[in-house]
Amino acid sequence: MSAPALLDVRHLRKTFSIRRGFSRKVVGQVRAVDDVSFTIAEGETLGLVGESGCGKTTTARCILRAMTPTSGEILFRAADGRVVDLAPLSRAELRPLRPQIQMVFQDPFGSLNPRMTIFDNVGEPLLVNGLRDRRARLDRVASLLELTGLRPELMHRFPHAFSGGQRQRIGIARALATEPRLVVADEPVSALDVSVQAQVLNLLLELRTRLHQTFLFVAHDLAVVKHVSDRVAVMYVGQLVELATTEAIFGRPRHPYTAALLRAVPVPDPHAPGGDVALAGEVANPAAPPSGCYFHPRCPFTTETCRREPPALREVAAGHLVRCHRAEELTLQGVG
Amino acid sequence: MTTPVLEVKDLRVHFLLDEGVVRAVDGVSFDVHPGQVVGIVGESGCGKSVTVKAILQIVEPPGRIVGGRILFRKDGASAADLAELDPKGAAMRAIRGAEIALIPQEPMAAFSPVHTVGDQIIEALRLHQRQWRPEGSRLSRGEARQLTVELFRSVGISMPAERVDAYSWQLSGGLRQRAMIAMALSCKPRLLIADEPTTAIDVTTQAQILTLLRDQQRRDGTAIVFITHDLGVIAQMAHHVVVMYLGRVMEQGAVADIFDAPKHPYTRALLKSIPTVRVAPRTLLPTIAGSIPHPLGRPRGCPFHPRCPDAIPGICAERVPALRPVGPGQRASCFLYHRDEADEP
Repeated sequence: MSAPALLDVRHLRKTFSIRRGFSRKVVGQVRAVDDVSFTIAEGETLGLVGESGCGKTTTARCILRAMTPTSGEILFRAADGRVVDLAPLSRAELRPLRPQIQMVFQDPFGSLNPRMTIFDNVGEPLLVNGLRDRRARLDRVASLLELTGLRPELMHRFPHAFSGGQRQRIGIARALATEPRLVVADEPVSALDVSVQAQVLNLLLELRTRLHQTFLFVAHDLAVVKHVSDRVAVMYVGQLVELATTEAIFGRPRHPYTAALLRAVPVPDPHAPGGDVALAGEVANPAAPPSGCYFHPRCPFTTETCRREPPALREVAAGHLVRCHRAEELTLQGVG
Repeated sequence: MTTPVLEVKDLRVHFLLDEGVVRAVDGVSFDVHPGQVVGIVGESGCGKSVTVKAILQIVEPPGRIVGGRILFRKDGASAADLAELDPKGAAMRAIRGAEIALIPQEPMAAFSPVHTVGDQIIEALRLHQRQWRPEGSRLSRGEARQLTVELFRSVGISMPAERVDAYSWQLSGGLRQRAMIAMALSCKPRLLIADEPTTAIDVTTQAQILTLLRDQQRRDGTAIVFITHDLGVIAQMAHHVVVMYLGRVMEQGAVADIFDAPKHPYTRALLKSIPTVRVAPRTLLPTIAGSIPHPLGRPRGCPFHPRCPDAIPGICAERVPALRPVGPGQRASCFLYHRDEADEP
């Protein structure tokens, strides 16, 4: 890693208790995030993918400290150069760091206040962080809207006057208002129509180049992740199963789950060979995960070892981490 | 060419609101042949869901079928115009669920949470079987239950005898959708309507569900109308594709023609702008300018003209292009190909 890490997540865990009955007795634990470690370099976009329930959103929320992790460290390089562990901080201690980590939400209809104009929506984080001068705020909001491809003269309108794609641009403008060092985008295009998705993806790519903006990009759609990410982390049942450059993940996946995910995506080409079921069975229950490797009941390459021993996440090539006993011997098909 | 199971001709479904009239479906025509999978693809507001709701006569008020015909052939001979049937009448109820079945997008919302999934399928079976059987002999609960267990087994639900007694909320998303498919197939429909059946499901489970549908379709020769916004799913599932935009058919044709040689500028732009796993990482995508207009702010003329790169000044903004042949089995509604073929508004 050449650039210094902006974010260094170490052994992050988040468990939820399952409570039943009148006394709300704890009857089980769900390990939503189970020993997840990764870094994001400055200016880098890390894609975090996985199916529903894999813990990708919980990971993102822990980093934003919308949730308190059960254990682990979230080392963040703040603007003044200090490295702070966000995990144990109190609300008051987090307060000065909040402007540096911002979020783009999935639902562009639910995430803007319908009673506030675009100026107030985008300007709110500025006001909260001490920019009292209305003139200055107007200028700043105008430049933010321009940056995200919207006409600044529309800033006194209310959200209902905008389409889904435009609202998502507004959401991105608001996230950028405080010049955050890290933007966490959780499924930012999954609620948008296909013809509008491309516009928002292009915008994120431009911000990455123009502002050198760092993103944690959470999504379930591999095609979308491929379009914006420098590196990709794949999660399964709370664990990281593979982490590598986008080129390596898509071109030469090393984990059978990654390869299966890639094969399961329907390709918009009627001549493409289709119709094979990439994976049998369903995602394991995180409250009662299988023995050994969590993926073994669905994996076509399972051995006795996989059933018994949980594999560790290890480096099989430079910068390529895989959680699989057989990573070296398997030759898995990528998509190029 | 076989006789179509379903012929939709110039269908119009309008929603009469206080603010104005939303022309959700505005002159849509297509045919579905036996054993064929017709994919209807389009973005939100294109009228794809309203079209199939009209076929089943379940358009919610203030929506109303204001024009067109929906010819459905029960047994290859007699055609009934579903648009003329009373939505609550016995004739329509005998067709709905039995002859034309629906797989909805959200199986969670479609199943009742207070009845077991088995009971809901048993009810459908007993209700519809009665109409086919000679008078007096009704399918017994035991027989219906046995049939349901068989259905569950055929759609790949493990431990079918136990799962029949489960409530929908006890099943995972994939199992729930399989149970929904079992219910839809229970009365051996001639036509199956699948409205975004895999949108709410994870990608690895989606592959399983699509394979299941494809296998069932090949085995029984059921005709399927498959609705989705996902062009990847369409390419893998459909034989024939109908591309819709703002209530109108932009283009239709064989799946290979639509993907290899799209004629309508909207189809072309849509195909270019979708992110796929096959292109190089971090490349800018070609985009379609602007966004989908508000349903009450429909543009005059061709609905796509404000966003169209090839719009012809003075023509596309004035008149509505008609759906006309542009190749063997392929039709497009675009003045680029038929300068003089306009539809009456």
